[in-house]
Amino acid sequence: MAHFEKANSIGEWLDQRLAVETLKRVLQTEYWIPKNINFLWAMGMVLAATFGILLISGIFLLMYYQPNVETAFDSVNYTIMSEVGYGWLWRHVHGVGASVVFLIIYIHMFTGIYYGSYKKGRELIWLSGMGLFVAFSAEAFSGYMLPWGQMSYWAGMVITNLFSGGSLHADGLVEWIRGDYVPGQAFLSRFFMLHVLLIPLAIIGLIVLHFGTLRIPHVNNQDGEEVDFDEAAKLYKEGKVKESKVIPFSPVFLSKDVLVMGVYFILFFYLVFYHFEFAMDPVNFDPADGLKTPTHIYPEWYFLWSYEVLRPFSTDVGLIAFAIAQVIFFLLPFLDKSPNVAPASRRGLFKFWFWAMLLDMLVLTFMGKLPPEGIWSSIGLVAALAFFALWIALPIITAKEKKL
Amino acid sequence: MEKKRRDFMGLSLGLFTAAGGVGALYAMKRTWDPLPSVKAAGFTTIDLKDAPENVLVTEKWRGKPIFVLKQSKEMMAKTTEETKKRLIQIGDAHYMVSVGLCTHLGCIPGYDAEKESFLCACHGGTYDATADVTKAPPPRGLDIPPFKIDGTKLVLGETGPEYEKMLADGTTLAV
Repeated sequence: MAHFEKANSIGEWLDQRLAVETLKRVLQTEYWIPKNINFLWAMGMVLAATFGILLISGIFLLMYYQPNVETAFDSVNYTIMSEVGYGWLWRHVHGVGASVVFLIIYIHMFTGIYYGSYKKGRELIWLSGMGLFVAFSAEAFSGYMLPWGQMSYWAGMVITNLFSGGSLHADGLVEWIRGDYVPGQAFLSRFFMLHVLLIPLAIIGLIVLHFGTLRIPHVNNQDGEEVDFDEAAKLYKEGKVKESKVIPFSPVFLSKDVLVMGVYFILFFYLVFYHFEFAMDPVNFDPADGLKTPTHIYPEWYFLWSYEVLRPFSTDVGLIAFAIAQVIFFLLPFLDKSPNVAPASRRGLFKFWFWAMLLDMLVLTFMGKLPPEGIWSSIGLVAALAFFALWIALPIITAKEKKL
Repeated sequence: MEKKRRDFMGLSLGLFTAAGGVGALYAMKRTWDPLPSVKAAGFTTIDLKDAPENVLVTEKWRGKPIFVLKQSKEMMAKTTEETKKRLIQIGDAHYMVSVGLCTHLGCIPGYDAEKESFLCACHGGTYDATADVTKAPPPRGLDIPPFKIDGTKLVLGETGPEYEKMLADGTTLAV
């Protein structure tokens, strides 16, 4: 057995047994963050906090929700909403949180794209982040099934049908995923399991990985400058705080994060208390009915862009386009052939690529919400084609980019 | 010698673990399969005798909507050799019977009796009165459920000779 001295404080007692001082040093006080950043660098911690809020509100919803096709709808819309004390609060926090978390994810992603924070050693940060995006998408979809309203049912029908692979007619696979010919009890139970256990576990694991991948390359900065972290850390520790290019993650950087979080949570709770309806589709307040499709099916806003990539084409082409759109962002670090890590504004044609991609995804999002008719259909088709044209253009324009 | 023994033990452990892993994966796959009770509840009998002309009747089979549309004389006049194959003939009457889920992604198309056509509101596909596709994205007409004719009744879920013929000549895909 190891030798232990008598401890003089609780901190020391813990340090002897858990090395908490070392942990604190490695994870907080000597984890260095460059100074040259802006509020967009706070989005990571904003996301972590939002995930925490989703987890807590979800735990309370779980106390009254019933994963049964007969009772699910009422357990949400009657029991939780009008019987359970403050049940409405958890539901609105959970619904608004699920929607807003995607807004922050997209801001976080496009920040990374703009500043080139996905290459030269930062590839794994990007890949694990994209893994989180996929896991959050699955989490959002499975959660959307649970109130068992009309949109739950029909979104479940349409999305699981995607797995038939168009002309491949893999109906067996679709029935296997559902556990029935149509979404029913088996489907609701297994998506409940995915939503409350398996996918959250995967998300927590991926968050740990995502933080881990940051450790060695460190976070990027506004100029894409290669900071000598050892030297900068030495200056900081010597007390030359002003001369040093870095600050410790905690408490210095985190205190800035907390400021951004404060502003964010004012907005967040404004939405929760006064505008929660944007996250609550009115059609989903009708109970699921397998014999009546709602006149207009559309996903939540954060899936609209990929839905619009699917929609203007025939089944097979649409499915292939959709499948590519789901994974193409994973390839970003490998399709960007330029050696420059710099803000898009200094990267020649890439500047236009960045804004064109952002604009195109906004157009796809708006078109996805509109009915597939007339001029909207045509604009949607052009935007979908532009999406792929931009990805084809990316390796070409970045290969020609001048080294800064 | 020591090394060989360790390699052997490592290999044995690896193989046993792999075999167990494959077994566990198979068990997991089977757990996700539709239950026997779900599979067994797959038969429904519908009576076509009282179906009105050009009025869409919706029945239910395996949780899916089943469209029944008795064709009027005018509707029959519009059919072609190909689309006629999609209809079920009982006596002199012709019936369109199909699974009422769009072959694109499974929404339920709505029927417009004046235009004598179906429109799927999800992605804008259309079908004629025999449920044959007239506008993409749906890749084909509505699927016809397996049926067996029994007098004026249809047993859905069972396979009769008329249905087998439809399958053989590619009028419908197996559902």
